[in-house]
Amino acid sequence: MFETTVEVIIICIKVGVAGMVLFSLPIPLTWVERKVAGHIQVRLGPFRVGPHGILQPVADMVKMLLKEDVIPTKADKWLFMLAPIMTMVPAFAVFVAIPVGDKFTLPFIGKDITLYMSDMNVAVVYILAVSGLSIYGIIFGGWASNSKYAVMGGLRSAAQMISYEVAMSFAAVGVVMLSNSLSLVEIVKSQSGGLFHWNFLYLPVGPVWFMIFFIAGLAEVNRIPFDLPEDEGSLAAGYHVEYSGMRFAFFMLAEYIAMVTISVLAVIFFLGGWDDPTGVIPLPPILWFVGKVAAFIYLFMWIRFTLPRYRYDQLMTIGWKILIPVSLVCVLVTGLMRI
Amino acid sequence: MEKVFFLIFAAVAVGSALAVVTLKNPVHSALALIACLLQVASVFVLLRSPFLAVVQVFIYVGAVMVLFLFVVMVLDIRQARMEAFPQKERWFVYAIVPVITVELLTVILGKGFPRLGPGSTEATTVEVLGKALFTEYLFPFEVVSVLLLAAMVGAIIMVKKRWD
Amino acid sequence: MIFGIKDVIAVLPEITVAGAASCLLLVDFLIPRERKSAVGVLAIIFVIFAAIFSIFLMGTDVMGTTVFAGMFAVDGFSTFFKYVVYAAAVLSIMLSFHYVKEEGINAGEYYILMLFSLSGMMVMASAKDLLTVYVGLELMSLPVYVLVGFMQGDVRSNEGAMKYVILGAFSSAILLYGISLIYGLTGSTGLHAVAAVLSSGSVNQGALNVAVIMMVAGFAFKIAGVPFHMWAPDAYEGAPTPITAFMSVGPKAAAFAVILRVFMEGLGPAYGKWQIMLAAVAVASLAYGNLTAIAQRNIKRMLAYSSIGHAGYALLGLVAGTSEGVSSVMYYMAVYALMNLGVFAVIIMMRKGGQRGTEIDEYAGLAKSHKGLALVMLIFLFALAGVPPTAGFVAKFYVFMALIHKGMVGLALFAVLMSAVAAYFYIRIVMLMYMREPVKEFELAHSRGIYYVLAIATAGTVILGVYPGFLIELAQKASLFP
Repeated sequence: MFETTVEVIIICIKVGVAGMVLFSLPIPLTWVERKVAGHIQVRLGPFRVGPHGILQPVADMVKMLLKEDVIPTKADKWLFMLAPIMTMVPAFAVFVAIPVGDKFTLPFIGKDITLYMSDMNVAVVYILAVSGLSIYGIIFGGWASNSKYAVMGGLRSAAQMISYEVAMSFAAVGVVMLSNSLSLVEIVKSQSGGLFHWNFLYLPVGPVWFMIFFIAGLAEVNRIPFDLPEDEGSLAAGYHVEYSGMRFAFFMLAEYIAMVTISVLAVIFFLGGWDDPTGVIPLPPILWFVGKVAAFIYLFMWIRFTLPRYRYDQLMTIGWKILIPVSLVCVLVTGLMRI
Repeated sequence: MEKVFFLIFAAVAVGSALAVVTLKNPVHSALALIACLLQVASVFVLLRSPFLAVVQVFIYVGAVMVLFLFVVMVLDIRQARMEAFPQKERWFVYAIVPVITVELLTVILGKGFPRLGPGSTEATTVEVLGKALFTEYLFPFEVVSVLLLAAMVGAIIMVKKRWD
Repeated sequence: MIFGIKDVIAVLPEITVAGAASCLLLVDFLIPRERKSAVGVLAIIFVIFAAIFSIFLMGTDVMGTTVFAGMFAVDGFSTFFKYVVYAAAVLSIMLSFHYVKEEGINAGEYYILMLFSLSGMMVMASAKDLLTVYVGLELMSLPVYVLVGFMQGDVRSNEGAMKYVILGAFSSAILLYGISLIYGLTGSTGLHAVAAVLSSGSVNQGALNVAVIMMVAGFAFKIAGVPFHMWAPDAYEGAPTPITAFMSVGPKAAAFAVILRVFMEGLGPAYGKWQIMLAAVAVASLAYGNLTAIAQRNIKRMLAYSSIGHAGYALLGLVAGTSEGVSSVMYYMAVYALMNLGVFAVIIMMRKGGQRGTEIDEYAGLAKSHKGLALVMLIFLFALAGVPPTAGFVAKFYVFMALIHKGMVGLALFAVLMSAVAAYFYIRIVMLMYMREPVKEFELAHSRGIYYVLAIATAGTVILGVYPGFLIELAQKASLFP
């Protein structure tokens, strides 16, 4: 009984910590994103609030909180209010299955604490399934706004999501075939032992799977060059055009968390998770993990301010005519290699 | 503890299923259906089939319902609503639902349903499922793959404009 | 459990057909629009290969065993029904060559979907497990739904496909419900295991009743038995005529194969429960199908109702529940395939240019200018009506004998009465052809495919009527049921 209680308390602490971290993530991330944007476009970015504009996100947050919460008269009120939450909940729920490290031993007591909430034996499918649910917030938000731009944004994201989920799942299938497990912890363990054991370098299919996963991931989280659901050129702001204040902030929060999720998954699937690529540098595993994820997030931002947006038909062509056929061939090749 | 969870999931599932058929707006019905499917997935978890649960979420909630909504939104059914379901045909539904309910209740509450399998409390792992699919159930599995191919060809045929 | 070469050999015919369909999908790209018949010819060749493999299997030690963990049976029964569906597929494809050009629907997928459907029927014929039954059933039905709606520009084709697909999905759901209840009651989907548990008598009888009702309803839909026939007239009328021919024969035979096996083998111990339900469906089908057919002016609709009636006759053989009854159903299905395809061959021949050939009045005076064709039509219509010495008479005769031997004289009498009613609307067409003056010149579609079908169907109908012995013997040998 005592054991169970302790376990429950530990899980509650983990959930609390993860929740806090995720909730506060957008604060540094928005600042970084704007700074990166600034430097890529040869300007300074935010500079006024605090040194190097570091308090800018706090100012933004205050602004968001104080803004008037507008609900359009003809909107479907309940759905309109529900939609931002529906995007946010799955984004958080994904992290139940994501490990950030193996385990560490508490000093003095000698108790092992795992750095994940649950090592599900279906974690890969769970993550794909649950992260796919955040689409509903976008669709319902777009529909409930009762605005043509918002509906168009919702429709686009529905089509985009369905198209790229196939390629994304194929990439996950590839990883599962390479690592022989659906558990993320096992996937990371199967890659341990340095750079050349990583799935990314499982030649010749590893890099292909990685590219498929990365491109599909970009599309799944609606980042440039695939951010057609909120294409400001043709749709004003797409599905969240009618949102303001905290509800808008929720959408943004979900979007940032989704980006982090994709980065984390890419690291776990292809870059060995918390594995040390050289095997000689005495850094704690968690730092490796965070470092790799940070590099990925930077890559996302870099792409955002470098590439133009695709046209809608190009988006569909890339998904259906390139990624999916390539994935099918890759499944075949991987299967032959793993016999 | 498990029973409490089951009751919660089951109650929400039944409630949302009722909402699916009683709500007037098809988008609201779709939302209720999503809720219902999620509850069923939770019941699968209680039945120790995590794989079935996540696949239910993945396929039904993640893909099928998105397509449903896609169609509903493209068609703008707000005006159409219930006109397609004429009032005078409803007596059939009102008549048949209680009959089936009573019938099924007598069946379920009666005796004679054997306890299936070893009734273990261990979760069914993906390995076990995969082995079953590729040994005992290999033949239906392969037939299903042909079936899906045929369905795909058929779907493309139905929507493709062949003749001017 | 590892499967070996024996399992693969046992499903060689199925692999041939399904594989051919998949390969033809690719070949189809290389064939130009106006030469799509080549796909049909290739399809026929592959079906013939499958038929050869089926013969070859009869000589091997695979015969009489089950493979794939008891999911799939290779026995005389399944081989008999496979031959019926091979014939249905080959003859329907032959009927199509001309028709698809006339209607402008000559696409390669037309033949490919027929092959997919055929592979589903073959799986059904061999299914020894409710799971296999269900996936086979869906594999058979899905392509047919599409084929019914193949004429995109035609409103009736769309209507038929829509009704068929919605009611089909509904009936599949009901069937699945029944299957899941059976699984819940017996803990297995294998037919032998189900029978073993049922005969031990420890199952919940109320639940078993519900399960049997659900399964009867689900299967009755597939054979268009009353009261689950609502889709049939519209789907038959709307579908391209060769598809109407195909679906009135192939899926029906395959569905009967499944019904016979599931009810006799799996639910055999519950005979008392399903016998009365099937008898009710059979009587309702006989009465409703034959009486409504009288009022029809469209020949395809009339044949739809006639097909409902024929399903009723065939069901009676199962109601008898004896080995004799089973073999009479098998014989009935083989003969019905021949004579129905024959009638449809004539109808397709009448479809040319502005002449649709679907209204019964259009046949008036056919005998004046085309004596041969009218005679052939007369043979088929007499066979459908059950007039001796055609095969249709023999088929009905065996069903009635099976009933009488079981002591169900009342049912047999009712069926005979309904045959008399049926004779009216078949012979009405004969009267029209011979007694009336033609309204205008007949245009006929001349195609080698149709001629072959007419020749085969006529020969079969007459020869099986005069010398029914060998096919009956085959059916009796293949009928493995107690």
